[in-house]
This record gives sequence, structure tokens and C-alpha cells, in this order.
Amino acid sequence: MPIITYREALNQALREEMARDDRVYIMGEEVGVYNGAYKVTKGLLEEFGENRVVDSPIAELGFAGIGVGSAMAGLRPVIEFMTWNFALLAIDQVVNSAAKMLYMSGGQFNVPIVFRGPNGAALQLGAQHSQAFESWLAHIPGIKVVSPGTPYDAKGLLKSAIRDDNPVVVLEGEMLYNTKGEVPDHEYLIPLGKADRKRTGTDCSIITSGKMALVAMQVADLLAKEDIHIDVIDLLTIRPMDVEAIYESVRKTQRAVVLEEGWEVCGIGAQVVDYIQRECFDHLDAPVLRVHQADVPMPYAKGLEKIAKPDVAKTIAAVKQVMYRT
Amino acid sequence: MATTKKKTSIKCEPVAVRTVGDPALDRELLQSMLLQRRFEEKVGEAYALGKIGGFCHLYIGQEAVSTGIIAQLRPDDYVIGTYRDHGQALVRGVAPRAVMAELFGRIDGCSRGKGGSMHMFDRHTNFLGGHGIVGSHVPLAAGVGFAIKYRGGDQVIVCFMGDSVVNIGAFHEALNMAALWKLPVLFVIENNRYGMGTPVEKAAAVDDLSRRADGYTGMDGIVVDGMDVHAVCEAAARAIARARTESRPSLLEVRTYRFRGHSMSDAVSGTYRSKDELDEYQSYDPIFSLRDAMVLASTMTVAEWEALEAEVAATVQDAWDFADASPEPPPAALYEDVLVDTTS
Repeated sequence: MPIITYREALNQALREEMARDDRVYIMGEEVGVYNGAYKVTKGLLEEFGENRVVDSPIAELGFAGIGVGSAMAGLRPVIEFMTWNFALLAIDQVVNSAAKMLYMSGGQFNVPIVFRGPNGAALQLGAQHSQAFESWLAHIPGIKVVSPGTPYDAKGLLKSAIRDDNPVVVLEGEMLYNTKGEVPDHEYLIPLGKADRKRTGTDCSIITSGKMALVAMQVADLLAKEDIHIDVIDLLTIRPMDVEAIYESVRKTQRAVVLEEGWEVCGIGAQVVDYIQRECFDHLDAPVLRVHQADVPMPYAKGLEKIAKPDVAKTIAAVKQVMYRT
Repeated sequence: MATTKKKTSIKCEPVAVRTVGDPALDRELLQSMLLQRRFEEKVGEAYALGKIGGFCHLYIGQEAVSTGIIAQLRPDDYVIGTYRDHGQALVRGVAPRAVMAELFGRIDGCSRGKGGSMHMFDRHTNFLGGHGIVGSHVPLAAGVGFAIKYRGGDQVIVCFMGDSVVNIGAFHEALNMAALWKLPVLFVIENNRYGMGTPVEKAAAVDDLSRRADGYTGMDGIVVDGMDVHAVCEAAARAIARARTESRPSLLEVRTYRFRGHSMSDAVSGTYRSKDELDEYQSYDPIFSLRDAMVLASTMTVAEWEALEAEVAATVQDAWDFADASPEPPPAALYEDVLVDTTS
């Protein structure tokens, strides 16, 4: 099976879906001539032309709204935010327009749109460029939210997102574009709303998504050497969440750690813990713990940034705590 | 006379004396405006009786804007607007019954009772909604224009907005891209002199709102008297033709006036505008001035007017009766329409 980067996987997904459906177009800052700020759209302008690969001004609110309007009129836009940090300027269009249009129109106007771009902290980009927005976006009924961690997942989920008739948010890992993984030659889709078990184990569940799925897999591989076997549940889709996959895993392992990139308060982990306590209460042998970013804006200084982020060591410590090992 | 109106910046002073046009067309325009007026008066009654809840913004006084502009559109064109949307929905052809049922929060409403006063939608007439966030729908209009151009069509979209919209970022971002990409959009500012209770001159650092178009090459800025339905028709026809044949956006400022408060909770006059000012504008009433001109020119008799009033009253009463009899959405509807099931 070919090994390609996360970036190439996303590029393949875009190329295949644009070739398949001429209603699909891409709009965003630097997506065309520049080939994308992170080169995800490389070569697409050349292949599909400027009508379908549209360089926008720096005006997130405006072009996100143009995407929504065009979707109401029958197109299938893929709106690239250079980063999700900038998408805050456009959040009104995501929340008040895209997510609510179907409902407030009584089912008349669906909005088949993808909002995608890099999410989460990279390295030393400082407070305004280092945020994970999963919980912000997953809070909202009327949109789906996916967060792929591997090239395989990125391609399959983005293709499904583009074909979905609802607004779908695709949170790509800013640090993942250069990571590599196996992606088959043949076409495949990954259904939205289904989790993926990335490691199988019976001692403790780690429930996670996105870039943190890679951390969870490292943790599982390291702990396997200590004969601790982790069940890694990669949610892939954060909304709608595959709660059955969580229940099945936690009922089996009876212990769980929820690992996320974002902040603690009102985070995705809080929601997962709530699902677990409601449905798996009698199975639990220990309180569920959470691993997340420190509850501070991201600092610039390298050492401070490192200790602010969730990582392998913090996750191992949490797993050992729920297993009452030291 | 005590008045707060700033005459210096007004290019299109309303005039009470109207010309008349083709009698049949005039009658249609009059009927369209009168339907909105009597419908909205009935809405006011229903609100007072508690049959309509939430925020409710009446359109009374501004009828010539919707009538004059939407009359220039084809059925396959698009219309989008703000939370003050009842009038435009009616003129666009959404059934009075469906609009009233929506206001009553009933299952037969044009948005199945889920939208309410501020969110009228109708796919059959390409009525893309009333939108409740000031300025938010202006980029949507540009997006519809983008879709039309993408497909190589010759439709246009008309985007109605209030005067306060010209000060918000979304407006500028949308106009910039509409001009840059030559999108077939007619942006209509319904300048009713107040953004809620704040007069235009206290909110906009420009005397003449249509001059906002000057920032965007290729976009025409036009001002028209919104109390004169013929003037609105003429200006809209030109701008729509330009959008349709040249794919060029325009910014049309229509000087109008709202005879009621900002919403149902707002007094008609008092805190931010005087009774004298209101009275003055009411003397330019777009409906009665046209009626009077027609009667004067003998293109309509008083008896014909009375018949029109009776016909419109019957339509409005029928809408009320229909809405009142329509069931509320069943509890099962709560979780419907959040997401569509199908994946293409």
C-alpha cells in the first residue's frame, strides 16, 4: 500500500471529489496560485481552473458566508480557513447560517458545505495561533465535526464530508501535514459518526481524536511493554459521536482516560466523561481521568509551551493512575 | 415644526404628489402594497392578542420598496432579506396563509413553524429567508450570486438590508467580493432612517449611504425615493438588468420610513423620533399617495379602491383564519430538520 503524507491524502480527497462532482469548488486564502498556505490544494488550480479553485481576499466572514449562500443555491463548497484561529472571524456564518439554515427553514434549505483547515497548536506560534476548536464547534446542533489523525482517516473522512448534504467541519492537525501513513490506491470512504479502534486492549480505554490519536497510539505501544494493554478509541467524528464504541470499550476495560488537545473546561472530554458515567457507571473500577491542554492561553516560550500541552508522559501518568499503579 | 430629520443629506426628498403609470400595472402595485399594509396591521393585532410571540418587526411604511423591486424579478431569481421580512415574502409570492401560519408558529407556516417572524423561507419562490443577525445575510447573497455565475446562469439575487447594515464588516466583505468577481447581486439598503433607535447620521460616517459603493470599482451606487413606487420600480429595473446582462452588482439605497416602532416592543414615536416627524412621513404614504394620484387621474374610481380594500381584507382574514386553525407542530418535529439524512 502506498505511503503518503497527511497533506497528500487531503489533496487526493479534494482532487477526487472535484473530478467526481463539478458542483464542488474550493475557496479560501491562497488556495490557488500559492497552492495553499499548507500546500493542501497543490496543483488543483492547474487541474480545475480558477472558477473552481478560488483565491479569496483575507475576509473570513465574507467568504464563509459566500460559501453558505452558494450551497443554498446548489453548489458544494469546500471553504478553507488558513487556520481555525482565523475562522473565529467567520464563526457567525458557521453557527448562525450554516448550522441553523435547515432547521429554521423547516427543512427547505440544507447547506452542503465543508469548512476545513488546520487546528490545534503547532510549535511556538503563540497564543493566537495555537488553539484547538473541537469543543467550540461540536457544541452546535446542525453541523458535523470530524478530526482525523492519520492520512488514511484524513482522506476517507474528507471525501465523506464533501459528499455529505450537511455542513461538516474538518479539523486538520496543523502538525500532521507532514506525517505519513498507508493510504490505499483504490477509492474508499470513511463513514461520518463512526469511531475507529486504533489499538486493542483490555486494561484501560483511551478515548481521543485527531492529533491526540497519535499520542494515544504511542502510549499504547509503550505501555504494552509493561504488559498494560490499552484500547484506543479514535472518535474520528466528534459530532455525531459514536457513543456505542465508547460504551463497548469502557465496559470491557472498566477504566478510561479521555485525551484531547483543547482546554479542560467544557471540553470534549467533559462530554465523553458524562456519557461514560451515565452508561457505564456500574462497570467502572476507577474515576475517569482527563488529559488536556493546561488552562492557559498558549505561551510562546518553548519550555512553557511543552508543559502546557497534553503529551505521552501525561497520558501514561493518567492511565497508571486509573489503574492504581505508580 | 419640531423635527430631527436632517434634510441636508437627503437627495430624494419624498414628494406627496405622484405620477400615475399604466392603470393595470398601477393597480397591481397598489394591490401588492395594500396587501402588505393590511396584513401587517393584522399581525399587530395578533401580536397584541398573544397569537404571535417573540420579536416581530413590522414593515408598515416601507411597502413600496418590496413591491417596486420584487416586481422586476423573474420566478427563477432569488430574494434574501432581514428579520423585517413579512412584506418581502408576501410580494415574492409566499402565500399569505403560509406567512401568517408561520407567525402563529403553526405547522402550515412557510418554515413549518420553526422560523417565526424573522425566518420566513420558501423554496418554491427562491425566498432564501429572513435572517436575524444584522449583516450576516449579505455574504450569503454574494454566495448565491457566485453560484449563479459559477453555473453560467442569468438569474439575479436581490438582497434587502436595513441602513444599519452599512456599518458592519460583513457588508463590506460581501460588497468587495461581489464587485471583485462581478456577481449578479442587487444590494438594497432600505434606509428607514433608524437602526433600531439610532438615526443614520449618528451611526454612519458617510452622508449618503449609496456612496458606500464608491469603495468598489464597477459597483453603481443609486439613491431613490422609497415612498414613490414608480421610482423604485424604475431604479430597480435598471440595476437588475445590469446584474442580469452584465453580471454587475449595484448598491441601491431606497429612502423610506417605518411608520411603526422597530419591533412590537418599541413605541411608535417618543424617545428617538418625534410625532411631528412621523406625521410628516406619513403624509408621504406610498400607498395612499398612489391611490390619490390614480383617483385624481381617473385611472381608478373610489368604488374600485373600496373593492380592492375589501378583496385585500378578505385575503388577510382568510390568512388569519387559516393560521388560527393550523395545528402546532407535533413534539416529534422538535428533532426533525437538524440534519438531512441523505448523503449524495
